[in-house]
Amino acid sequence: MLQEAAFTEVKAESSPVSGADLLIEALKKENVEVIFGYPGGAVLPIYDSIYDCNILHVLPRHEQGGIHAAEGYARVSGKAGVVIATSGPGATNIVTGLADAMMDSLPLVVFTGQVATGVIGTDAFQEADILGITTPITKYNFQVRRIEDIPKIIKEAFHIATTGRPGPVLIDFPKDIAAAKTARPDEPEISLPGYQPTIEPNYLQIRKLTEAISSSKKPVILAGAGIMHSNAAEELKVFAEQQNLPVVHTLLGLGGFPADHPLFLGMGGMHGCYAANMALYECDLLINIGARFDDRLTGNLKHFAQKAAVAHIDIDPAEIGKNVTTSIPIVGDAKEALKLLVKQGGKPPRHVEWMAKLDSWKLEYPYWHEDVESPIKPQRLMQMLHEKSKGEAIVVTDVGQHQMWAAQHYSMSAPGRWVTSGGLGTMGFGVPASIGAQLAEPDACVIAVVGDAGFQMSAQELSVIAEMNLPIKIAIFNNHSLGMVRQWQEIFYKERYSHSRMPSQPSFIKLAEAYGIKGYEVHSETEAGEVLEDVLNNREPVLLDFRIDASENVYPMIAPGKGLHEMEGVKK
Amino acid sequence: MKRTITLTVLNRPGVLNRITNLFSKRDYNIESISVGHAEQAGVSRITCVVHVENDRVIEQISKQLNKQIDVLKVTDISDQAIVARELALVKVAAQPNNRNEIQSLIEPFRASVIDIGKESMIIQITGETEKVEAFIELVRPYGIKELARTGTTAFPRSSQRPGQTKSCSLV
Repeated sequence: MLQEAAFTEVKAESSPVSGADLLIEALKKENVEVIFGYPGGAVLPIYDSIYDCNILHVLPRHEQGGIHAAEGYARVSGKAGVVIATSGPGATNIVTGLADAMMDSLPLVVFTGQVATGVIGTDAFQEADILGITTPITKYNFQVRRIEDIPKIIKEAFHIATTGRPGPVLIDFPKDIAAAKTARPDEPEISLPGYQPTIEPNYLQIRKLTEAISSSKKPVILAGAGIMHSNAAEELKVFAEQQNLPVVHTLLGLGGFPADHPLFLGMGGMHGCYAANMALYECDLLINIGARFDDRLTGNLKHFAQKAAVAHIDIDPAEIGKNVTTSIPIVGDAKEALKLLVKQGGKPPRHVEWMAKLDSWKLEYPYWHEDVESPIKPQRLMQMLHEKSKGEAIVVTDVGQHQMWAAQHYSMSAPGRWVTSGGLGTMGFGVPASIGAQLAEPDACVIAVVGDAGFQMSAQELSVIAEMNLPIKIAIFNNHSLGMVRQWQEIFYKERYSHSRMPSQPSFIKLAEAYGIKGYEVHSETEAGEVLEDVLNNREPVLLDFRIDASENVYPMIAPGKGLHEMEGVKK
Repeated sequence: MKRTITLTVLNRPGVLNRITNLFSKRDYNIESISVGHAEQAGVSRITCVVHVENDRVIEQISKQLNKQIDVLKVTDISDQAIVARELALVKVAAQPNNRNEIQSLIEPFRASVIDIGKESMIIQITGETEKVEAFIELVRPYGIKELARTGTTAFPRSSQRPGQTKSCSLV
């Protein structure tokens, strides 16, 4: 008996497994909690293994929704978002999401089905050269050519996606390899000799920065999303307080430093606040931590931080010196660098005058808006969302005016609460990303702030929200137009509103109801207050159609080609 | 200015595409690229000659190349003493009556004739780009029927004299 039992066990151990089973096993080893996937012909063998795999599977209504949901999940959880799409059109539908994740450094592991190895290159049904298509918009991509490589490839994919500067990794999976069987391969080992991100910063460079801080008169920190990726919010606060340094955030950095902290100046850039932009313009020492000097942040480079020595801490050496000449380059992880800086603990700068100047700018030039009861002023609405959610919500946005109003008026007090498409500026991102954000933090209050145009680029994902009963609050800032395009046409194209207005939007309330989601149309500030009080405290999905002032523009603003000091609309 | 970069890469599917893709994505101007197996199994050596406006661009190119997962090492060898060679095959129109004349041009360039037909001959020339170009210009008046060039491949020399900026062999 005993012998027999031992025999069957050995047999079970060496019994062949399919490629698809190996995929699922590898996902379990990576502790994957959720898959965002859409089945199709080339991934049928994989879906057969998913059928009873015990990993939560979310079925978006469009592959693009799936990958944006994975991005929302990755942003909030810090873990890799996992996506599956079929070959051909399934694969090409995730291209926007890959480009978006690449720009914003979000860790994703994306599987695409592929036609069988024997017909690759023959223009077979639903074949697309997804490796060729995605090479420039992925951190790396693989095609599985041998079934026994599956565990190794997946292990390497997760490693590449989540370490160093995070990013999307794609694995192309031919159908026959998913279906084939093999003896269980050995435990894989990562072998990536060409990939060794620098984590520990150079000590001498850290000392150089410490000295530069001590002797500076007008220092400022510019903190980007690198703070979030390296989990360094606490270290940033300790460092800023120790050295008494003011902090400016990029759009994606919001939440890395508490907005109500006296050292916080606000967001910089095209629609940033006066104090933040003038600090970047006037400073004599600019300490960039995990930001990439995006053009929307710097404005015209000819005028950017011209009086400053620039220090740049980044895990990606290629970002240092790319746009802005840097005198103190520090390659490494933000958290490690900040820890070293705090440990070094140099003499804080003597900058009383500078700090007083910054404080007066903050006081004199805050964000402003008109007070009107109806139609609703979007800035006021955003502040109400902040008040009613006690500033604790996870705010997911789409792209456009509402995104900027959210960045300006929903003050973030903690990291991991701000999900937005920054670098690529992808409309249609908001609703699906909110699904991923909610799944990453099931107990959190998630507000999807979207415009009426962007909402319709992914409205079909209401189906998922209803199906899974996710308590997401969708707040449509409805101005019956492509607000930001309309704003630019008003200012730069002589009010020639070319195809930026959408007067005949559908009834979003009826649309929500069709999906089984409750909806409210809100026309005034008073109504907004009442409705928000009501819906933010329950655990059901809801769609709020806020009729905002369609003529409202986002200010302050730096026109394209202008420098940070040339802001318009700073005051009422 | 012209810069020469050599890189060693893992010999994986699509690696050349990754490199050339990067050049087009970042809008870098590439003059030539040559690829072949290196001394180590599974590793290829790529030599790129690029035109850049300033040092900042070449630094960016090196960093972006280094960032590629399959790239093992990137070296800008432009300021080192290097041996750089390119091979060109030139099919020149040649009648029996001027073959000797062409032959006399070939010798000083240490080029060689590798095929002769009724109305043409194929000449193989190896050397630095400047030399290859000089030779091509020299035979152009006879009529070039076909031309194929490999692009430069290069190495740093074994011994580098200190303080020298650039020294290239001319032969």
